Amino acid sequence: MEYLDKLRDRKLADGLVKKIRTLTPKRHNFMEVCGTHTVTILKSGIKDLLRDEINLISGPGCPVCVTSTQDVDKAISIARMDGVILATFGDMLKVPGSSSSLQREKAEGRNIRVIYSSLDALKIARENPKKMVVLLAIGFETTAPTIASTLLTAIRMGLSNFSILSLHKLIPPAMKALLGMGEIRLEGFICPGHVGTIIGSTPFQFIAKDYGIPCVITGFEPLDILQAIFILLTQKKEKKSQVMIQYKRAVSKEGNPVALDLMDKVFERCDAKWRGLRTIPESGLRLRDKYKNFDGEYLFDIRDEEVKDPSGCICGEILRGIKEPIDCKLFGRSCRPYHPVGPCMVSSEGSCAAYYHYGRKER
Amino acid sequence: MRDCSKILIAHGGGGGLSYQLIKELFLPAFENPVSKKLDDAACLPLQGKRIAFSTDSYVVKPLFFLGGDIGKLAVCGTINDLAMMGAEPLYISAAFIIEEGFPLDTLKRVINSMKEIAKETGVLIVTGDTKVVEKGSLDQIFINTAGIGYIDGDLNISGSNAKVGDVVILSGTIGDHGIAVLSQRDGFKFESRLKSDCAPLNKLVSKMVEKSKNIHVLRDPTRGGIATTLNEISLQSGIEILIKEKDIPIRDEVRAACEILGLDPLNLPSEGKLIAFVSGEDAHLVLQAMREDPLGKDATIIGEVSGNTQSRVLLETIIGGTRIVNLPEGDLLPRIC
Repeated sequence: MEYLDKLRDRKLADGLVKKIRTLTPKRHNFMEVCGTHTVTILKSGIKDLLRDEINLISGPGCPVCVTSTQDVDKAISIARMDGVILATFGDMLKVPGSSSSLQREKAEGRNIRVIYSSLDALKIARENPKKMVVLLAIGFETTAPTIASTLLTAIRMGLSNFSILSLHKLIPPAMKALLGMGEIRLEGFICPGHVGTIIGSTPFQFIAKDYGIPCVITGFEPLDILQAIFILLTQKKEKKSQVMIQYKRAVSKEGNPVALDLMDKVFERCDAKWRGLRTIPESGLRLRDKYKNFDGEYLFDIRDEEVKDPSGCICGEILRGIKEPIDCKLFGRSCRPYHPVGPCMVSSEGSCAAYYHYGRKER
Repeated sequence: MRDCSKILIAHGGGGGLSYQLIKELFLPAFENPVSKKLDDAACLPLQGKRIAFSTDSYVVKPLFFLGGDIGKLAVCGTINDLAMMGAEPLYISAAFIIEEGFPLDTLKRVINSMKEIAKETGVLIVTGDTKVVEKGSLDQIFINTAGIGYIDGDLNISGSNAKVGDVVILSGTIGDHGIAVLSQRDGFKFESRLKSDCAPLNKLVSKMVEKSKNIHVLRDPTRGGIATTLNEISLQSGIEILIKEKDIPIRDEVRAACEILGLDPLNLPSEGKLIAFVSGEDAHLVLQAMREDPLGKDATIIGEVSGNTQSRVLLETIIGGTRIVNLPEGDLLPRIC
């Protein structure tokens, strides 16, 4: 705890806030891409502390939140099939599909297992040789390498009743799509530290180079974020746009070569549907052809059906940063953590859930 | 309620859904001047005197944990609910619902633990009941206790009495019970020597009320932690409460476990701690009295009543920002007490 306490030190925070205030004659629009950053910003009170200086906008960096309704429906369709066990991380359970959720299907008796590690899915497969275990794999670059490693382990173990429904997504293409939409005027990115540990800083360079927007790859403690804001403001003042690493204790320029190799071995890029951002080219990961016998998409061949997102829910606009959770008519009324209408209220990293638990403003 | 057709685990969690169940189902059905005060115990007028009356059920899992067991918890819990009205606990009932096949030796251990704590506190267990249900109908053993106590003539302690000018005193570290029980549960693979703080608070309370007649509210932050307790008081009294994160005592073990498990210590239960709202001028007197008792040695001021225009709880964070503390919602920790 001593180590963490240093990153929550009041004196250092006061010093940084003071410096930030000297650098902000006007209010700046910065986006924190990652949901974990949104939680820290609200829980530690940074949003309130710097409300006059920085407009901190939550981005599309919560994997549960950006999973499209069609993809949730797809997982539900697979879970309804005979002879299938669907293994999923707990935060996907409550995400509403177009007419059901995995939680409701589980209560109806479908064989859906909540796992804490992707290796748990292999254990389930080994214990149930007559069933096909489908691992619902969601996440960004951070989780993709462990899923890749799980698949290779399954092959080594000779498991033929294990497969993956890959809904993995990649962060830099989403940031590009967001900038391409031009709906918000962003002046700086607080980039996700966990994604940075895997891919390094190079994949973010195009933002600084092509769009002239400074980026800082940032850790998840309050002082990390304050320091990142300070670095962004310093770049603004010096009229620079660079990708800098604040989260140096975990992130290098090159990223993690072992993890990147694993990802590349198992996955290839594909177009992917993002809630709120529609289909983004080359923003998803699917299994390479040589692993098609382990690919849920190939094995089950479920057609995509056009579905509408829940009426009144503005998760899409929230994920694009053009609205805040408190702008939603459903927020805190019919949409609450125990009864979510949209996915941003489901995940603990979702903007709506974070605003619900820690938001300063009235509801 | 309007969104659920079935009872969820969270309805018993002490958070937002529990509150909704009480407000929308139980209170309308049983409303009377006594019940609607929503305090830890009912305050009953009886021939010119006042009696505190309370009941609670215990379903903790596992039955035995470091620092206590279901028996100790069942007696302490009801003693504490009475003490939170400023009452002197006198008599307790004990009812047992037991699963067929439950080992008699284990039952003896539980009973012995209840006997010990009753002896220590001077409370008499005077009546009881036993039911046994078929194997599988419940998990091992559930205990219900109810108790009555005597409230001294001029005390007026209630969750609805907090006022602007009151300070908020916490008797010690929060969350010890929650993490102690969780760490010993199957599925949580972390080792901890942290003990539950399960303890009877009646002696501490009697020392406090002896020193000051300006104690307005007493509450023990059990299920839902201090986040729930403070929100309840803010709603009952129609006040805004401001607490300071840096002043809230939390053990390192509890903080570390919360970091790992993604829990908020403000939502974690304690079973031997209390929160007191005391007028500013008496605060130091009460604090001194508390610190003289072993159960209040770490007592400290954590905040104040900061306004009376809206009911809400605010937290000044460790880095100097401010945020809302909400009634916890969703899946809290089932069977923690």
